[in-house]
Amino acid sequence: MNKRTLLRTTFCILLGMILISKPVYAMHIMEGFLSPLWSGIWFVASIPFLFFGVKSIKKITADNPNLKMVLGLCGAFAFVLSSLKLPSITGSSSHPTGVGLGAILFGPAATSIIALVVLLFQAVLLAHGGISTLGANMFSMGIAGPFASYFIYKGLDKANAPKSVSVFCAAAFGNLLTYVVTSLQLGLAFPVESGIMESVLKFLSIFAVTQIPLAISEGLLTVVILNLLSAYNKEDLKELALIRGGNESI
Amino acid sequence: MMKRNLLLIALVIIISIIPLFINIDAEFGGADVEAKELIMVLHPEYEPWFNSIWKPPSGEIESLVFALQAAIGTGFIGYFFGYYIGKRSTRVTEK
Repeated sequence: MNKRTLLRTTFCILLGMILISKPVYAMHIMEGFLSPLWSGIWFVASIPFLFFGVKSIKKITADNPNLKMVLGLCGAFAFVLSSLKLPSITGSSSHPTGVGLGAILFGPAATSIIALVVLLFQAVLLAHGGISTLGANMFSMGIAGPFASYFIYKGLDKANAPKSVSVFCAAAFGNLLTYVVTSLQLGLAFPVESGIMESVLKFLSIFAVTQIPLAISEGLLTVVILNLLSAYNKEDLKELALIRGGNESI
Repeated sequence: MMKRNLLLIALVIIISIIPLFINIDAEFGGADVEAKELIMVLHPEYEPWFNSIWKPPSGEIESLVFALQAAIGTGFIGYFFGYYIGKRSTRVTEK
């Protein structure tokens, strides 16, 4: 089998996965399920990051217009992954976020814009997540997760871990942290009498275990797409690493 | 590289299929619905103050939009790699 046939098979399998995954519900904080106060707080917390995100994207693409394609790829990857609602060992289902790739390649600020597009699409067209809870979901999926991915990747890379291990850990833990933050947000907004922590733990027990296998899947798929990128578009990756201050290509 | 990728994708498929066999009776509902139910237990007096501006009228329409989301993403990914593989093979033939 030549490389192109293999690539085609890869896409067919990815497509197959999309078809198999049964659309049920999913996992951002639902519309109206945060008080106006908390909705507002998370909006205010997210806005500065969006501002930096727009700035960072403008800067990268102004100097290197060809990197728009790679940015588009990061967005497309997040689109696909967050549409895959996968069954989990707990008997419920949830979906990956797909933002780890953007965080590794373009940094967390630029990735927050990708997350915003995905969250808006799902809030407006799918009633999944919500407009009122957009700030909170932005903060967990578009800011906390990508920041975690970015720093984990940088840290492991500095420690000379193999590339695929750094990428896997960055994407998988970024995914997990997204749902830890979601649990924190819900716990803060809906505390029980014995304290906020207990409430947070209750929400964590819903999300965390469900999310573990999905985090592993997200990590693996992010490694796959970066393998493909470094095989077919090494030039842009090198350029990107250079602009972003890295000394080596991915 | 391709063999490794196929192996990784196979692993993802296995991870996704195993839960279906471990929990044969489970409903596989969304984790967000479980969170909503927990909110109702912790704070039964809570009333959602904002409703979705638009909801897909049926499960079918919802799956249509989800499929659309996935199709947009996969479409671009396919275009991206097709473009760069094509570009590379033209360069090779020109030499």
